[in-house]
Order: sequence, then C-alpha cells, then structure tokens
Amino acid sequence: MANLLAGVFGKSPVMPLERHAELVHKCAKKLVPFFEAIVQKDWDTALEIRSVIEQLENEADEVKKDIRMRLPKSLFMPVPREDLLELLLVQDKIANRTKDVSGIVVGRRLDVPDPLSELWLDFVGRCIDATKQARKSVQELDELFTSGFRGAEADLVSAMIDKLDRIETETDSKEAHLRAALFKIENEFNPVDVMFLYQTITKIGEIADMAERVGRRLELLLSH
Amino acid sequence: MDAQLIYVVLAAAFGLYMAWGIGANDVANAMATSVGSKALTIKQAILVAAVFEFLGAVLAGGAVTSTIRKGIVQTDLLADSPELLIYGMLAALLAAGTWLLIASRKGWPVSTTHSIVGAIVGFAAVGIGIEAVQWGKVGGIVASWIVSPLTAGVIAFLIYNSVIALILSKENPLERAHRYVPVYIFLAAFTITLVTILKGLKHVGLEISVRNSYLLATAIAAGIAVVGAFVIRRIKADPKAEKDQHFVTVERVFGVLMIITACGMAFAHGSNDVANAIGPLAAVISVAQSGLVSAQSATPVWVLLLGGVGIVVGLATLGKHVIATVGERITQLTPSRGFAAELAAASTIVIASGTGMPVSTTHTLVGAVLGVGMARGIEAIDLRVVGRIFVSWIVTIPAGAILAIIFFTIFRLVLP
Repeated sequence: MANLLAGVFGKSPVMPLERHAELVHKCAKKLVPFFEAIVQKDWDTALEIRSVIEQLENEADEVKKDIRMRLPKSLFMPVPREDLLELLLVQDKIANRTKDVSGIVVGRRLDVPDPLSELWLDFVGRCIDATKQARKSVQELDELFTSGFRGAEADLVSAMIDKLDRIETETDSKEAHLRAALFKIENEFNPVDVMFLYQTITKIGEIADMAERVGRRLELLLSH
Repeated sequence: MDAQLIYVVLAAAFGLYMAWGIGANDVANAMATSVGSKALTIKQAILVAAVFEFLGAVLAGGAVTSTIRKGIVQTDLLADSPELLIYGMLAALLAAGTWLLIASRKGWPVSTTHSIVGAIVGFAAVGIGIEAVQWGKVGGIVASWIVSPLTAGVIAFLIYNSVIALILSKENPLERAHRYVPVYIFLAAFTITLVTILKGLKHVGLEISVRNSYLLATAIAAGIAVVGAFVIRRIKADPKAEKDQHFVTVERVFGVLMIITACGMAFAHGSNDVANAIGPLAAVISVAQSGLVSAQSATPVWVLLLGGVGIVVGLATLGKHVIATVGERITQLTPSRGFAAELAAASTIVIASGTGMPVSTTHTLVGAVLGVGMARGIEAIDLRVVGRIFVSWIVTIPAGAILAIIFFTIFRLVLP
C-alpha cells in the first residue's frame, strides 16, 4: 500500500553530496603522484594514474547524475535547491579540471622543465590542499542540516571556509611565482610546449578556484 | 431476538475486521517513525504498539466512539424504525472495510477515518434523508481534519525550533541534550497523561477531579522523566565513531525520548482510530439490546476491548511488515526530529480524542512532519504528498458513501 507518511520524504541529497565531495577530492589528489611521476619522467606510472583519474571522474559524474535525479522541483528543502545544485556543479568541475590537466600533459607528453619541478609540485600540492579543505567543509553538510544552519556548527563551517579562502590566495601567489619562473626560461623550449605549460598552470589554478567557489556556495547556504 | 443476535454477530465480525485493518495498515504510520529513526527495533515497536494501542483504545477511545455511534446520524428521526440504524451502521462498516481493501490492493493511501465517516454520512443522507445527518457535527469533524494537521504542524515547528535553539545549534550539544531531554520527556508524558485523565477516563467509569488530575499527571510524568534521565546519563560519547559535535550520540539521547513519544503516539492512535471500528458496532449493540435508538448507555467496555484486540492482531499479522517497509523509507526522521513530530501529532490526536473528534492519525502526523520541515529540520520533503492528501479526501468520502448506500439498500432487502 502506498504510504502517505513515507511519501512525505524525498530522497535526501546530503550524503550523496558528501560522497561526491569525497570522490572529487580523491580524483584531484591524484595530481600529486601524477606530477611526481612526470617530474621523474616516469611515463608508465603517469599513464596509470591518468586512467585512475578518468575512472574517478566518471564515478563522480555518476553520483552527480544521481543527485540531480533526487532533486525534482516539487521538493521542499531547508536551503534553496538551486544553491545545492550549483554547489554540486562547481564541485564537479574540480574533477573535470583534473581530468583536463592530466589529459593535456599525457596527450602532449609534456615535460615539466627541471628548474620548475620544485615550484610546480609545491603549487600542485597547495591546490590539492584547497580541494581537501573544500571536501572537509562540504562534509559538514549533514551536521549543518542537523543544527538548522545555525549557531556553533554554522560558525565552525564559516571558519573552515575562511581557511579555504586563505589557501586559495596562497595558490594564487604560488601560481604567479611559477609563471614568472617559466617566463624566465621559456625561450629555451619549444614555443608550443611552453604555451601548453602556461595553459596547464592556468587549469591547475582553476582547480583551487573551483574549491574556493565550493566554499562560496556553502557560505550562501549558511546565509539563508 | 434471533434477529438481534444476527445483527450483533455481524457487527462484531465487521468491526473486528476493521480493527484488524487498522492494526495492519494505520498503526505502521504511528510506529514507523520510531523504527525508521532506530529508536526502537521492530520487535520493540510491536510490543509498544500492542500495549499502548490497546490502552489508548480502552482508556481514551470512548469519546470518539460515541461521536461515530451517535454524533453523525440524527438518531431521533429513527425512533420508529430503529432497525434502519442497525442496517446503516452495518452497511457503513462493510463499506469502509471494502473500500480500504480495494484501496490497499490498488496502493492508494486512504484514511480509515474518512472512509467510515463518509460511509455513515452516505447511508444517512441518501438512505434515510438529508435531514438525518447532523450536519453541524459533520461540519465540525471535517473542520477538524484541516485543523488537526495544521495544529500538529505548528506545535512540531515550535518544538523543533526549541530543540535547535536549546541543543543542536550550541557548541556542546551533547551536554545540552543531557540537560534538556528529560524536560522534553516530562512534557511528553505530562501532555498525554493529562488529556487521558481529563477526557478519557470518565468513559471507563473513573471520575477524578481536575485538581487531582493535574497532580496525578505531574506525578506520573515526573516519574517517567526521572527514569528517562537515569537512562540518558548512561549514554556516553564514542569519540571514534563521530566528529567533535557528537551528533550521533546526541541522537541516541533523543532516542530515549522517542521511546516515550512512540508510546504516546500508539496510545493516541488507539484512542482515536479504534472508534472507526467499534463506533458502529456500539451503535448496533445499543439498538439491538434496547430496541431504542436514543439509548443513553455508555459504550460497553467489552466492545472497546474487542477493538483493542482486533488492532493488536492486525499489527501482529500484517502490521509488522508495513512498519518495516515504511520505517526504511523515513530515515531522514532522526530521533531529534521524529520526537518533535510524534509529540506534536500525539498531543493533537489525544486532544481530538478527548473532544470526540475522529481525525486522521496519518494526516496529523504528516502535518507534524511538515512542521519540522518548516523549521528546516528535514533535508527533502516531497510537496506532492500534500496534493495526494486532498485527492485521497476527494475520492474516499464519496467512495465510502456510495458503497454504504449500496450495502444499506441490500441489507434493507435481505435482513429480517
């Protein structure tokens, strides 16, 4: 018998959103060993990691679709459905950018110039710190729903988002350093490769940007 | 006298079937909340439901039973032909039972209360005459179907907001829960006990003064709160299993509270819905025994007992499966939210029972859940259900009425 009481409840998007956050960060995190392999010219390992990244990006996509299916317009939620969908989309872009970056590097067999390797890995690492902080913040969603987006829990998440902002600002300055260093030596390399190196740096920076925008979206949820 | 016996046996059989149906389907709504939130296991839920549905039916089911029995039909008009009331009540029981069977086969969520009220109004208005219905009372009943979900919604909204403000939004929710949950336990126990004592007990022949009622309710509620506080104190945080806010442990504390509200919910449900099964039965018995329609006698206690037994049997045979199924689908209702919904719904229903209003337990509970949702307590509420409630109204009342008219006509032709 169709049950009226059970019918009141839509499928909650909260735990799938947290799972999506987990998958996306797991995917982005792979860029660290990926570039370590690139720096050491270990293409076999890089290719292996590239396929793991693709797989994780696909999984995140599946979860994204599932969450969208859960959110029909007839739902009434404590926060606007549109804001949750936006959060999901920005979060998903982290995985997309990760796939793009690894795709360009593998597709063009792009070497990271030796003099840049330390700055490069440092930059990538900090960007991944941003996605990690974004994941941590999003994983407070269930606690936020429990506490009615108010009080101590909301303050806690606000603080997490502030930290995320600070990390993102650091990635910006690391990105600028890296570009400057590349600029100094760019004449020694094939111009097309250099163009793609710049492009790769931009895309890696965008991963941190997306992480920051996840924080912005989360902040919007707090303000309702 | 033989004819009278046939009527009583038929009415008892139909009434028992209705009670069984209520136990099989409706009780699930009252108990699934507690099972879904894991405050109770299925076995515990069935035990709680059996005991408190039964107590509710017997101790506080009298007023609604008397409404169904003599509050809808203008019995004075039938003084010359009391057998019409018997045929009518039999037809109403059979109609509501048939309609519920069809609806559950088809998977439509319909209310027992609406079926039986629709059926009684139907046979009276068409079988006897428009003037045979106490339209004022019926209007009041229909109004209570709108008022009760709204009231429950508002109460749930207020309760859940207080939970957020006092406990969940604080820095140390666990400590706060330990402090405040016993207060909620007291409130829950006090409300339900008080309404029962004030409104219900006189139907079983117990008369207690208002002052003593308050004192007794306070004493009972305080006793329950003390036991609750003792149990809660033993719930300790598990630092490995959760984050620093200890929301998992907080929910376990609320789980204790939810056991109390689950008892209240079962009690409230029993007190209101048993009438759907035994109200018509009581009417038949009264007429059959005295030969008069306007008999002033109270509902015999054995009839309330029969209703209680029927519900428990329905629960034990089919109800447990429905509880499990519904429980699995409402996991968003954690104890902190579920207790707010249950307490609001149970209080509203018990008050309705006390004033003799047959309301829909399910709709009232849905109203309470929406109230928790309005207080930002539920992740995703499907608003289409509100539309479904109206559709089930629009369909159930005429369906019950039409079936009752058909059965009424048949009984008039066939029965002695």
